Amino acid sequence: MGRFLHRRGWLTPYALLTPGMGWLLVFFVVPMYYLGKMSLEQGFFPLFSFGWAWSNFSDAVSAYQTQFVRSLQYAGIATAIALAISYPLAYWIAFRGGRWKNLFLLLVIAPFFVTYLIRTLAWETILSDNGLVVTFLHNIHILGSNGRLLATSAAVIAGITYNFLPFMVLPLYVSLEQVDPRLIEASSDLYANRAVSFLRITLPLSLPGVFAGVLLTFIPAMGDFINAQLLGTPRQYMIGNVIQSQFLSLRNYPTAAALSFVVMGGILVLVLIFARALGTDRLTAGAAA
Amino acid sequence: MSDRYSRAGFLRRAAAGGSVLTVPGLLAACGGGGKAVTTTAAAVAKTLPKTIVFSNWPLYIDVNKAKQHPSINQFEAKYHTNIRYIEDINDNDTFFGKIEGPLSQGQSIGRDLIVLTDYSGLPGRMVQLGWLEKIDKSAVPNIANLQPAQRHPAWDPNREYSLPWQSGMTGIGYDPKKVGHEITSIDELLTSPKLKGKVTFLTEFADSIGLVMLANGDNPSKVTKASFERALKRLQKAVDSGQIRQFTGNDYAPLLAKGDIWACAAWSGDMVQLQADHPGLKWVLPKAGGIIWTDNMLIPKGGNAYAASVVMNWFYRPQIAAEVEDYVNYICPVVGADKALEKNDPAVAKNTLIFPTNEMLANAHQFDITAVNNQKYKQAFQHLIGA
Repeated sequence: MGRFLHRRGWLTPYALLTPGMGWLLVFFVVPMYYLGKMSLEQGFFPLFSFGWAWSNFSDAVSAYQTQFVRSLQYAGIATAIALAISYPLAYWIAFRGGRWKNLFLLLVIAPFFVTYLIRTLAWETILSDNGLVVTFLHNIHILGSNGRLLATSAAVIAGITYNFLPFMVLPLYVSLEQVDPRLIEASSDLYANRAVSFLRITLPLSLPGVFAGVLLTFIPAMGDFINAQLLGTPRQYMIGNVIQSQFLSLRNYPTAAALSFVVMGGILVLVLIFARALGTDRLTAGAAA
Repeated sequence: MSDRYSRAGFLRRAAAGGSVLTVPGLLAACGGGGKAVTTTAAAVAKTLPKTIVFSNWPLYIDVNKAKQHPSINQFEAKYHTNIRYIEDINDNDTFFGKIEGPLSQGQSIGRDLIVLTDYSGLPGRMVQLGWLEKIDKSAVPNIANLQPAQRHPAWDPNREYSLPWQSGMTGIGYDPKKVGHEITSIDELLTSPKLKGKVTFLTEFADSIGLVMLANGDNPSKVTKASFERALKRLQKAVDSGQIRQFTGNDYAPLLAKGDIWACAAWSGDMVQLQADHPGLKWVLPKAGGIIWTDNMLIPKGGNAYAASVVMNWFYRPQIAAEVEDYVNYICPVVGADKALEKNDPAVAKNTLIFPTNEMLANAHQFDITAVNNQKYKQAFQHLIGA
């Protein structure tokens, strides 16, 4: 067998690829095919029939435009806040963490030991109208006496930010960790002050991490529905809530499938634009080096 | 039932080819699937299998300190069989989503009994689609104990496919300490400035639309386009103004207990359980009327109809129904269970949320099932609740 593989060395990479490709085929390509087929079906549950019903797409988009735009906004804001919080955090762990680095990283992912749903329910308690946070904000008059946090857009965005924060911190940390401190030393030798060093050396070198972090946060945030359901009101519902209700409550599978494709397509386009703007070729090259 | 005639075996063979249909024993094993059931074949089918699978909602049966279900243990001891009792139904629609795949392909879902709510429209739908086995009435003499009001639902006029497990009423739950006075109408929930942002309604179509229809003076048992639109418009206004904070499932309970909401559309049985820890909370049937619904035991296609019928019969003994009722606190469909309870737990027997007065029952209305299955209505309602 060994000699066989040795003689047919060109086969080895393909043999190694088989499990991964097989997995993708069974759990990605095949479901995608059926989802695609379903999105073009028509009729009422349980008797759907295939009929190239492209109108499913246009109807879905025009009916749920509000939720699409809202999802983009919430996911965008949550990603921006997560980036603003994570960058200094990852920077600090990478450059000042010293021998505690691993402990700090563990703390960042520690919430993941608790189920997603439970974490979100915990936020429901934290932001409760009679909870500590709201009472405190009332006392210092940031919130009016009738003001609340729970069941507002702020609560939903905060929930999304919190839930996906580690996805932002980890890639940022990895790229910042790889920055060679000698480069920063060299820049100060060349009379760059700390701000210039950061802007010209550290920031550009960490961009692959920013790119990865933004994608890892934005994509799941865009499709999220738990935060809106538990921490929001109907006026905060996102496209994920619509897809969930189309699938499970209305059993309108074609519309649900069409909506899923629109979300996927939308995200893909946004990612391509984003990659273009940041110049991924340079980024991946930077990451490889 | 011998292994040769087991249900799984039947399904395997049935899949293999139509020739098995000539074997009368197998015909009977499928639970009345054919007309030509001879008496001997019926006798073969009328032995219980080793295991009966029963899917129900969580917290919907008696539990003792050892976390066992005494009513089921007694059944198992008497009939020398096992019931695999699974609490995996959390939501009508979600559970239906899980089982509709196999059922629509003609496959068994591995369950002999399931419990779904009438006003979700799903039990009626399953009857129409032919996805249910008929009850073996000869095995259910205790059906005589069924509350007369429950005997002829429109979607199953002679109870051929269904028997009630529990019923409940939908009305108003509220915290009198926060509100400061008694609430008796849905109008107050929809318009009172004091309650702005402190009100929730239910994601269940029939509950929310039904309650508002009653408040509008319309009849929820006979929904018309005009009355539906009136109710929808009224709810929409309350959502847009921020009066209604959320639409919920059971999760209104902790919100009400914590004081995040002050008044809500609520289910009677939930409130009985909630009152155990929060005695101040109140539940009322609105003056204009509330909604009554029933969770039904059903036998999905491929289930063992005889075994399921024997289990149904068991839970229609007043003594057993009383044991379940003492824990569950929804409305019992079994006549005589209150008498049986009076000895052990008179407080429960006298609780009008569990054994409602005739006056209450007269003011609790069933929701029009055809409206629930109207795709346009449902779509409009889902849009209202945000999705």
